[in-house]
Amino acid sequence: MSKAVIGALLERFPDAVTDAYEGVGGDDCAFVEKERIADVCRHLREVEKFDLAPYITAVDYLGREPRFEVVYNLLSIPRSARIRLRVRVPEGEDCVVPSVTGVWRGADWFERYCFDMYGIGFTGHPDLRRLFMYDEFVGHPLRKDYPLKGRQPLVPERRVDDIYRGPGPAGRD
Amino acid sequence: MTSRTHEPATTSAPQGPAGLDTRATRAPQSDLDAPFPAKRMVVNLGPSHPAMHGVTRAVVELEGEIIRSMKLDIGFLHRGFEKSCENVTWGQCFPYTDRLNYVSSIMNNVGFALAVEKLCRLEIPERARYLRVVTSELHRICDHLTLVGAMGLELGAMTVFLYAIEARDVIWDRLTEICGARLTSNYGRIGGVSRDMPDGWAGKTLTTLDRVAQIREEIDGLLTANRIFLDRCQGTGKISREDAIELGFTGPCLRATGEPYDVRKAFPYLVYDRLDFDVPVGTNGDNFDRYLMRMEEMRQSDRIVRQCFEQVQPGDIIVQDWRYALPPKPLVYGTIEGLMAHFKQVMEGIKVPAGEAYSYTEAANGELGFYVVSDGGGRPYKLGLRAPGWPMLAALPHLTKDALLADLVPTFDSINMIGGEVEQ
Repeated sequence: MSKAVIGALLERFPDAVTDAYEGVGGDDCAFVEKERIADVCRHLREVEKFDLAPYITAVDYLGREPRFEVVYNLLSIPRSARIRLRVRVPEGEDCVVPSVTGVWRGADWFERYCFDMYGIGFTGHPDLRRLFMYDEFVGHPLRKDYPLKGRQPLVPERRVDDIYRGPGPAGRD
Repeated sequence: MTSRTHEPATTSAPQGPAGLDTRATRAPQSDLDAPFPAKRMVVNLGPSHPAMHGVTRAVVELEGEIIRSMKLDIGFLHRGFEKSCENVTWGQCFPYTDRLNYVSSIMNNVGFALAVEKLCRLEIPERARYLRVVTSELHRICDHLTLVGAMGLELGAMTVFLYAIEARDVIWDRLTEICGARLTSNYGRIGGVSRDMPDGWAGKTLTTLDRVAQIREEIDGLLTANRIFLDRCQGTGKISREDAIELGFTGPCLRATGEPYDVRKAFPYLVYDRLDFDVPVGTNGDNFDRYLMRMEEMRQSDRIVRQCFEQVQPGDIIVQDWRYALPPKPLVYGTIEGLMAHFKQVMEGIKVPAGEAYSYTEAANGELGFYVVSDGGGRPYKLGLRAPGWPMLAALPHLTKDALLADLVPTFDSINMIGGEVEQ
């Protein structure tokens, strides 16, 4: 079932979808060009009925070029099929991926998590903030070059502008 | 003094009886100034609040009693699960997975073991599969009992909580007998499970299930037709099927909206394809339906465990391949091959072939996924956790928008957010 999906994707987006392969256990996977991921996902949702994005995460392949990878595990409930899309993301200025929150609202926190842990930006995300770490945290903990026992600087007390809203800029949380 | 003007004095502010400034409006003068808000009030619920399980902070903007917007602040329980696992061997990850959903730890063990086995292309023995299903389903009952009990407790039915905790504890007694711990079971192993059933355990567990069924029906009688409970739960925290799917719901919360998706049926793993069980499906997607899903799933888990005891055959409980499983102690102490295999596994870890895989199981709250990447070494290169409760917690602002503040409590209960797994 998913083979046909990958085949259709290759045909529909010949320049964006590359290197389709069958992963361990028969998972159907493909690589997608970074700039086109939102278009590919929208097509998958609207035409191929991949209505759920159960898991989006990132991997840091330190020492490899490009360094990061964002992984989209997608599920189609009506077709009972799953596919996995992988997007290679370089380090530095270009470390941004188009957000898929416009396709699946559920992608919101997954992208915030990738931003928090790996420092990957998502253009078009409505509220890209750290998810688990605090705003003053320096660095991104799941990057391979972040030390296991890394120490963080002491955070100065936040100015309380509005005691009803608590610390931090108004409307932050 | 007949022509007294009402203009405020230019030199000093009008003074009240006690010398207080009585001007109606004024600019805030210090950090501690608290101008009375015109209409909307912001209330902080948590991070430490009896109605917020664990430590989640919800900043709620209220208009009267109506929640107009909400922002969640999580991460107070973040322990760096992924980072920790990347720095220990594959086998040493099991105790970390126990602490994800600490109410149903064996399901996390099984989910993680299946992910590694998928990468190793490892077939595990029949008996181990049955044991995994039996213990997982017992833990599913525990998880649902906790939810139902806590939901009753927070809506004023403390009796239900005590009954549920009693039932949960008798199951935990049985699980203690098989794995040695009440909460942090550490029962799974790559290639099988750690211990076989003790003598007479199956019979004892069946008696326990009878007792649990009795308590469950008692809870059912106390809650399912309870006027107060119905009024608090019916029609609150409602979500449509389309929204639930788009927001990434899985598990009982998705099924409550009418979508019959269950990983055990859609992509059967272990021995679920040989077992006869039903998947309950709701219609309204409100708190009451989510509660009903849990009640019915407990009954189905009961059925599954009973069938497993009938079908299970004697046999190995772990693969007899010393690259993946620890050899039995006589081999370790008696032969050099056994000793080497033991040493290599403990010191270096299991050599998992390089590659990546995403494995998913149906945990108590939904799809529990592990995205594992191996570089061929003894440690995970990346161990991504897809926590079942995550999308439901992320959708809480959507679920409670324009609802009464009091409805937040049952909604927060029925999505069953477990801090350990969501905040990793």
